[in-house]
Amino acid sequence: MSLILENVSHIYGEDTDMVVAALKEVNLEIPDGQFIGLIGHTGSGKSTLIQHLNGLLQPTKGTIYFNGQDINEKSYNRKELRSKVGLVFQYPEHQLFEVTVFQDVCFGPKNLGLEQKEVEMRAYKALKQAGVKEELFYHSPFDLSGGQKRRVAIAGVLAMEPQVLILDEPTAGLDPAGRDEILGQIKKLQKETKITVILVSHSMEDVAEYVDRIIVMNRGEVLFDDMPKEVFKEYKKLEEVGLAAPQVTYIMNSFIKEGFLTSSEATTIQEAKEEILSFLKKKKG
Amino acid sequence: MGIVKAVQLAFEYIRRDEEGNVEGITRAIDGVNLEIEEGQFIAVLGHNGSGKSTLAKHINALLHPTEGTVYVEGMDVREADKVWEIRQRAGMVFQNPDNQIIGQVVEEDVGFGPENLGVETKTIWERVEESLRAVGMYEFRKHSPNKLSGGQKQRVSIAGVIAMHPKCIILDEPTAMLDPNGRKEVIRAAKALNQVEGITIILITHYMEEVIHADYVYVMDQGKVVMKGKPKEIFSRVEELRKLRLDVPQVTQLAHELRKEGLDIPEGILTKEELVEAVKKIK
Repeated sequence: MSLILENVSHIYGEDTDMVVAALKEVNLEIPDGQFIGLIGHTGSGKSTLIQHLNGLLQPTKGTIYFNGQDINEKSYNRKELRSKVGLVFQYPEHQLFEVTVFQDVCFGPKNLGLEQKEVEMRAYKALKQAGVKEELFYHSPFDLSGGQKRRVAIAGVLAMEPQVLILDEPTAGLDPAGRDEILGQIKKLQKETKITVILVSHSMEDVAEYVDRIIVMNRGEVLFDDMPKEVFKEYKKLEEVGLAAPQVTYIMNSFIKEGFLTSSEATTIQEAKEEILSFLKKKKG
Repeated sequence: MGIVKAVQLAFEYIRRDEEGNVEGITRAIDGVNLEIEEGQFIAVLGHNGSGKSTLAKHINALLHPTEGTVYVEGMDVREADKVWEIRQRAGMVFQNPDNQIIGQVVEEDVGFGPENLGVETKTIWERVEESLRAVGMYEFRKHSPNKLSGGQKQRVSIAGVIAMHPKCIILDEPTAMLDPNGRKEVIRAAKALNQVEGITIILITHYMEEVIHADYVYVMDQGKVVMKGKPKEIFSRVEELRKLRLDVPQVTQLAHELRKEGLDIPEGILTKEELVEAVKKIK
């Protein structure tokens, strides 16, 4: 059970003057249960890549396998694929449309042709997983706050019970607490249900805090694919491609420059705190 | 009087259900008083729904106060015949660059504002050039805005505002949709306009590290200004900010965590240099 991309290329506007290679020979393996951060500057190919994972775009070259099957074969059931690989777009709350929150979340599973009872059970569960309070279930989604609306939209995808959940900047425009709540909820869900989560984000701090693996895209190619602490060691290269490391990385570099620490693997505040404390302890002792 | 002054400002709107029946009244702004001096760099923080954007929209007369008022360079935003002059003095940049760009070519887009003000053609081109230079986008003047990155588009939006020669620019979450580089570019442009051109900047943001150089930070909650101070003062109040659904820059947070562990480190550390110094002093 996994997603495999083999030499995937995508060229927009082939045979025209406007030809753009959005993906070039991308090879990736995404096993079950990982929490992956996908980063890259605007136009690096992230969005094109994720749209390939549930068959919204087809590669101009190369193959994508989901659970061992080529998803772009004629006989492949792409409708089913889209329920298994759920994609939450940027600003997903713009896609809410139903009269109540609950009905909105029912829309997806209903279209899968499930029985009414099953549809409702799934909607209930998904809303709970996304952290929507029960008292809001029968409100109009348009009366909710921005953060709440976004949870409802995420629940709409969770109700499809995907094995892979892809979120394109789920925290854009949310206040700091809203960011932490949504990402915390997703992390919890990922741990409990063992689904694969791919988080597209522009916040290096969020990525460092939550994911196990980072894929860095640049000019349609995979630049790095490793654990956060390894990727953020390459902060100079990241800056060259319009990205950065979390602020913590820069803080720890200042400590190293001052001869305070010899090296640092910290990418989160918690880790940085421990490194500094253990250094001070050694110095004393 | 400062360039922007709010006096007992309140804004209410009526919530209606599907059939248009009144469900209740929301007081989005609730008695705000503030005074911003010309040339200041001001940051406004607050959780989603705290009233930041509603406040901002009063400053360039997009909303009409329910009670109280706002003065922009002494002009009352309630006076209908002053609206255009106010909007020219206080320009606004929004979150999504794609919703603000209308021209087919960068320089045309920037020229749109002054053209509408009835500025002479020759002067328009001068203004377009100086505005694009001010945000570092002059070399892109002949490009199509569609082909630019988010940060570049946002800088074109800012140039479009500058071309109207405003005294004050209000940026409402201008970096929310941008990648790290784009965020840096936009904040750098805003700072340069403030320092070099002396334009008053009011920056609304959810990114705490963007406001550490501001002259003053206002924090909003439930339509009120609940904190006001220099960044150092504001970010010394970590737990209070948490309760308001906000945060502090990572370096401030790390200093705070170390302090909680019993280390002798002051609150309100805003730069990595300050933190290194503070930790060095520990015996």
